[in-house]
Amino acid sequence: MREIICIVCPNGCELKVGEDFSVSGNLCERGRQFALQEIRDPRRTVTTVCRTVFPDHPFVPVRSAGEIPKDLVPRAVREAGKKIIDTPLGIGETVIENILGTGTDIIICTNELKEVR
Amino acid sequence: MKDRYDAAVIGGGPAGLAAAISAKENGAEVLIIERENALGGILKQCIHDGFGLIRYGEKLTGPEYAWRDIEKVRKLEIDTALLTFVLDVRADEDGYELVLTSREGIRKVRTAALILATGCRERTGKQIFIHGDRPAGILTAGCAQDLVNLKGQMPAHRAVILGSGDIGLIMARRLTLEGAEVIGVYEAKSRPGGLARNISQCLDDYGIPLHLSTTVTRTIGKDRLEAVEVMKVSEDLEPLPGTEEIVPCDTLILSVGLIPENELAESLDIRICPQTKGPYADNTLHTLKEGVFSAGNCLSVNDLVDYVSENGMIAGRSAAAWVRKKRERDLVPVKTGKGIGSCVPQYLDKGSDLKKTVFWLRSDTDDHDREAVIRTGGNAVFRKKIRTIRQAETIRIEADLSGMKEEAEVSLE
Repeated sequence: MREIICIVCPNGCELKVGEDFSVSGNLCERGRQFALQEIRDPRRTVTTVCRTVFPDHPFVPVRSAGEIPKDLVPRAVREAGKKIIDTPLGIGETVIENILGTGTDIIICTNELKEVR
Repeated sequence: MKDRYDAAVIGGGPAGLAAAISAKENGAEVLIIERENALGGILKQCIHDGFGLIRYGEKLTGPEYAWRDIEKVRKLEIDTALLTFVLDVRADEDGYELVLTSREGIRKVRTAALILATGCRERTGKQIFIHGDRPAGILTAGCAQDLVNLKGQMPAHRAVILGSGDIGLIMARRLTLEGAEVIGVYEAKSRPGGLARNISQCLDDYGIPLHLSTTVTRTIGKDRLEAVEVMKVSEDLEPLPGTEEIVPCDTLILSVGLIPENELAESLDIRICPQTKGPYADNTLHTLKEGVFSAGNCLSVNDLVDYVSENGMIAGRSAAAWVRKKRERDLVPVKTGKGIGSCVPQYLDKGSDLKKTVFWLRSDTDDHDREAVIRTGGNAVFRKKIRTIRQAETIRIEADLSGMKEEAEVSLE
């Protein structure tokens, strides 16, 4: 029996997962899916900042386009810390392709570089 | 920038952006006045995700959420004054005159309606009576967040965090990911302030201990912080003698509360509600001063940005309607009954459309399985069961109060 807090929405349901992978305590289906995923292969979104060459925007927010294995998050942040963005990317465009071989890209979260002259 | 507008929005964060968009879409000429160098407000530095679950059904980062509104502001060609600060506001028969300062110098702008969207400031160490000198290394969580996320600077090597609200928890994770050692999060109350899912993904995921019923009583260090003294406290938050412990660290991060920013409102003699610390407002988010509207965290501290945006949408629409046709309001007070810590709105305008009246409530305690009840003239006209109630989380209810005659009462029973 494992107890997990669901992180999918602000409700934060207290989930219980039995040995037979039965899930209780969830208010919705997403919670049940989260519980099973968390037991098998816990994943998290990475959110951090990257440096740029643009003097008025020295650091910009970036995120992983999807979730990556939880254990890889600290390394992914360090990898992103080495990147220097030198093109005026817009929201959703790729900063680092396939971070740490996870198949997930790191994308930019701001359009501020598109307004640079 | 013009000399006169229908509506001037003070603050370009989520509340101000939503208000400006809504006012413009409802026919008003709008100016957004923002003191920073870019729109977005606090969302610029909230690089974590979890925003927009209600409004968009998506889990966006703060900047992504803000940019959806910023793009709309661009598309609607709403005038924006950045790096501009409001020095003074004067009321007269015609509306309001704002005195603005910016790199271009001092200028005056007239407006018919004013929308206050000035957000909050953070409570500081001096305000919670931590003894000690004034060494470097004591900063609020928001300040640390700005340094790390916007300026790319690392303020800490070994940090103690006081306050287990969401901002403190988010910074515990952020500092850890950028290489600091977060020794622990200390919380004076016996229960954590932030969401359970943040305790899980910010503390548990990183093995950061949470010490409840423990507070920081003293800082040690002259030029730079060297340690803090922590003590256990009773349920009444009284320090328990003999429980002192010295925790070596170089940084104390304070996450001990948000205070609505209402200096401009006060300078206009706008009456402030002691429970929300924001202006009294009616269901159209019109304050008790004609022509002044309020939205977002300066009206009342919110935990979900979706509600802040909703505030803004209502205030903007109301301001535009009021500029088009000023009318006498017919205000009845909203009484707060059992279980209510704070309530917005505090008044209902019987002359307005009450079909979809929204209330944003805060409970006075943590509990579960209660019912939100609205009574008018003694009769319950609305009931909603609420499963989990936390003091720190806003409860939003929407009721049809059209045709209500006497005063209303809201309670959590």
